[in-house]
Amino acid sequence: MSAPTPNASEISEIIIEKLLANPKVPRDINGESRIVEDLAFDSLAVMNFVMEIEDTLDVSVPLDKLADIRTIDDLAACLYELRKNQG
Amino acid sequence: MSEGIFDKLAPLKASYEGLRELSPRNPFGVVIERPLSATVGLIEGRETLLFGTNNYLGLSQSEAARDAAIETVREMGIGTTGSRIANGTFSLHDRLERRLAEVFHRRHAMIFSTGYQANLGTISALVNKDDILFLDADSHASIYDGARLSGAQVIRFRHNDPADLDRRLERTKNAPGARLIVVEGIYSMTGNIAPLKDFADVKKKHGAALMVDEAHSFGVLGEHGRGVAEMQGCEKDVDFIVGTFSKSLGTVGGYCVTDHDEIDLMRLCSRPYMFTASLPPEIIASTLTTLDEIQSRPELRRQLHENAARLHAGFRKAGLKTGDFISPVIAVTLEDVPQALKFWNALLEAGIYVNLSLPPATPDNRPLLRCSVMAAHTAEQIDQTVDSFARIARELGITAA
Repeated sequence: MSAPTPNASEISEIIIEKLLANPKVPRDINGESRIVEDLAFDSLAVMNFVMEIEDTLDVSVPLDKLADIRTIDDLAACLYELRKNQG
Repeated sequence: MSEGIFDKLAPLKASYEGLRELSPRNPFGVVIERPLSATVGLIEGRETLLFGTNNYLGLSQSEAARDAAIETVREMGIGTTGSRIANGTFSLHDRLERRLAEVFHRRHAMIFSTGYQANLGTISALVNKDDILFLDADSHASIYDGARLSGAQVIRFRHNDPADLDRRLERTKNAPGARLIVVEGIYSMTGNIAPLKDFADVKKKHGAALMVDEAHSFGVLGEHGRGVAEMQGCEKDVDFIVGTFSKSLGTVGGYCVTDHDEIDLMRLCSRPYMFTASLPPEIIASTLTTLDEIQSRPELRRQLHENAARLHAGFRKAGLKTGDFISPVIAVTLEDVPQALKFWNALLEAGIYVNLSLPPATPDNRPLLRCSVMAAHTAEQIDQTVDSFARIARELGITAA
């Protein structure tokens, strides 16, 4: 039996946990943290980080979707929707 | 008050100024006053060894190609003043397309005014918003830009990783639309060579199309110089090969070769092909000549490989960090930008020009000193370069004294 599908807020937690594994990321991040401004990620770092999350959740994020993503919660909502549609 | 037009460039200005404070020279503004030969140029008034060009076979200085260009200019003038589908097709364009198709053993070829446009024009003609593109994460900017122009959904896969591509194709198996995989033969920053045969297996498994950019591998790899696909024996499985005239062929322009008969439809929907002036006649004439030289002088390729192996081994022996692949692009990886700037300036002062490549244009956010080897380099020139790299690395504390 496959594991239950995580909802958007659970995905948000997974993202934060993964981000905190990087010592350079500020410790006080939450779902509302902005990926570029608060985490100081450049566009390449965002794309590479999303690749890691994709593998964890077994989903692929088309690059054009990243343009609308500002916060960790935005990314979680996007991953949740894609996972629902790609499943 | 509305924002100034250049306000958005403030972060770029700050990082550029920061860079200039650390470097006596502008690494993006080196002027080669003139080439004295394929391997030596006049820079800052000094004779400098050129290890930062893409002139792999030295053919940018081909006497036969120069003579062909001069003769053609005299006969036909200097430009076409129009696009291929308007007034810009001369018999020479058709001749070069037929010749390229013949060289690659393909039914068709389509030429573009630059290699950049070849990627833009091919990708945007092949896929649209209803399709999915799979790009190697380290793809050249022209591939990413072509993807944007196409409007297709873009999915990146890990660099040179066929298993990762396989997983990503599998995830989208229920989505509608055509699938195009785009990879490069040799990656221009690091000199990494793609496992094309494995990518071809993945493409067949998923019923996708495969496009390979052989810009840096044409004329360089494969028994007849057709690139990585020839070297790995998988040309039949590659649907589209894209490349440029500005590396081993020594001129400017780009091409796409294929066996798909729909290429004439691509000419009518590829904006970077339709809406730009075609290549001037003297460039076509010189490209035809250097194409002949690539075919008739296989010894150039052999010499190039010997030279690449010599430089690679020299760097390894000196304790410098380079990739595992031996290709004509050999990059030395450094730790940070200030160190890379010091190293690059010291090399130029020692009379050696290489490319300084900085993040975010480099993989893993590491700066690179990117060297391009030529068939025309002598063993002494290569050894002199290795010695200078080794000395400067010791002086900067990168390797043990």
